[in-house]
Amino acid sequence: MAQTGVIQDKLALSGAPFEHSVNRIRVVTIVALIAAWEVVASLGTVGVLYDDVVPHIWYIFIAVFEELISAGFYQDLGITFAEHIVGFIVGSILAVFVGIWMGTSTLVRGALEPYLNAIGSTPKIIFLPILFLMFGTGIESKMAKGALSAFFPVVFTTALGMALINPVLIRVGRTFNLNKWQMIAKIYMPAMVNPVITGLRLGMAITVIGVLVAELKFSDGGLGYRLGIYYEQFRIAPMYAIIVLIFAIAAAANVGMTRLQDRVNRHMAPSASKGKNRQASASGGLGVVANN
Amino acid sequence: MTKIYKMPVVVGLFGFLVCAMLLELAVGYGYVMHLVVPRPSDTIIAFPEVQADMDLIGNFFVTLGMTAAATALALLIGIPFGYFLYRNTRYGIAYEGWLAAAFAAPTVLLYPLFLVIFGRSHATLIAMGFIPGAIPIIIQTRQGLLGVSQTLQNVGRSFNVSERDMFWKILLPSAVPTIFTGIRIGVMYTLVNIVAIEYLIDFGGLGRIVSEMYFRFDTPGTYASIIAVIFVSVLFYWGFGRVEKWLRPV
Repeated sequence: MAQTGVIQDKLALSGAPFEHSVNRIRVVTIVALIAAWEVVASLGTVGVLYDDVVPHIWYIFIAVFEELISAGFYQDLGITFAEHIVGFIVGSILAVFVGIWMGTSTLVRGALEPYLNAIGSTPKIIFLPILFLMFGTGIESKMAKGALSAFFPVVFTTALGMALINPVLIRVGRTFNLNKWQMIAKIYMPAMVNPVITGLRLGMAITVIGVLVAELKFSDGGLGYRLGIYYEQFRIAPMYAIIVLIFAIAAAANVGMTRLQDRVNRHMAPSASKGKNRQASASGGLGVVANN
Repeated sequence: MTKIYKMPVVVGLFGFLVCAMLLELAVGYGYVMHLVVPRPSDTIIAFPEVQADMDLIGNFFVTLGMTAAATALALLIGIPFGYFLYRNTRYGIAYEGWLAAAFAAPTVLLYPLFLVIFGRSHATLIAMGFIPGAIPIIIQTRQGLLGVSQTLQNVGRSFNVSERDMFWKILLPSAVPTIFTGIRIGVMYTLVNIVAIEYLIDFGGLGRIVSEMYFRFDTPGTYASIIAVIFVSVLFYWGFGRVEKWLRPV
């Protein structure tokens, strides 16, 4: 009886009316949020709350438009992009090498893991003073911060991916008497593509945050700097506009990496690596290996 | 029997000590500027000074208090909301994508917004800790409840248990390990965000000490306070990891 109820529930979840009601909930939620926002904004206008703390939505739209047509925005976007890309590439390459090293030796893994876990679970922003001392407060320290942010998710997923490579593939390689480099090139690397891309996706998202936060603390350019300047000048609508644009850029980067990962998944043999599934379950389905 | 030099922990500790000694010599002989990297011995000596000057332990409890307050708020809202999304399938499906996107979003950048609303106060720290803490708790509560075995629920129904008993005696105990994963991730994100905001706005506990030491150009003190933050993070990570292992069935 209960089983029949479950089957009926599952049938009800897959129909067009169900999808319509889900979409209706989404639309109603968005409308309710906009209405609530406007009520709070109006309370500011009539003097119940601080004026301008919550600007009207159309002011934010206008500010977004003004940002998109200003040359300064693209200059700051370029600085943030450069810091992000350099940091991400340097941090990821180092992490992939260290991850492979850890994955190929249980001794190295056991020796390094406690220290990497310790630093990996620490807020990386706390290392900014060291980076400022080493690289100055210019663009270099933000690149270093980006590299530091990218390093940890990539190293953890790479090491885990290495440890979870299908043992049959490794035995096949040994049966053919492959040397260490051939094993890396022919067995480990193809099997590692999926977990490495998972790590890169996480690393890319965390690098964006790392770079922007570093810019907020000390910088003379970049989107984080722009956000900080608007806050200091109490220009609230442009401040919201920058936050909206940063969220949009971060979401677009995340979607791009997810699509790349899906594409790779489709081309990968299912037995090549079991890393992704294990990692997803280890993180409780949230797809995180280390926080930042 | 494993030889001692083949034990990973011993090798790791030995490597760490060798690196510390090399750094000590490099700074001592002037190969590395002591203004950029202090001698490890100076960093160790700086701990009591930082404690006397900045009350390291007291500020640890300030950060801990903020983290606890934000986590409590996240639990208070996150678990009932996760349960609501579980009970109302349509709402669950409607919001699951949004929650996942919010979890990946750089929420730390919202701090100027809360500074404008609450000012440079503890409320800003709690609000900034609450946001990243609540999202994984909501997601994992729903996931945990959705993952409860249908057989267990059928057994409950066959005994005609009330909805209340079904929740307290079947659903919640089965979902606890998954929910706790959400709580662990939430607490870590809360701690990270709170320390980050403390550092950025020079207010609150441990994060403020790091910022203060840097501004004083007290390099050993800066390193000592950074190590203190690492210890706190490790303590949290390790403690919650142990509890999670205890809760998760083998």
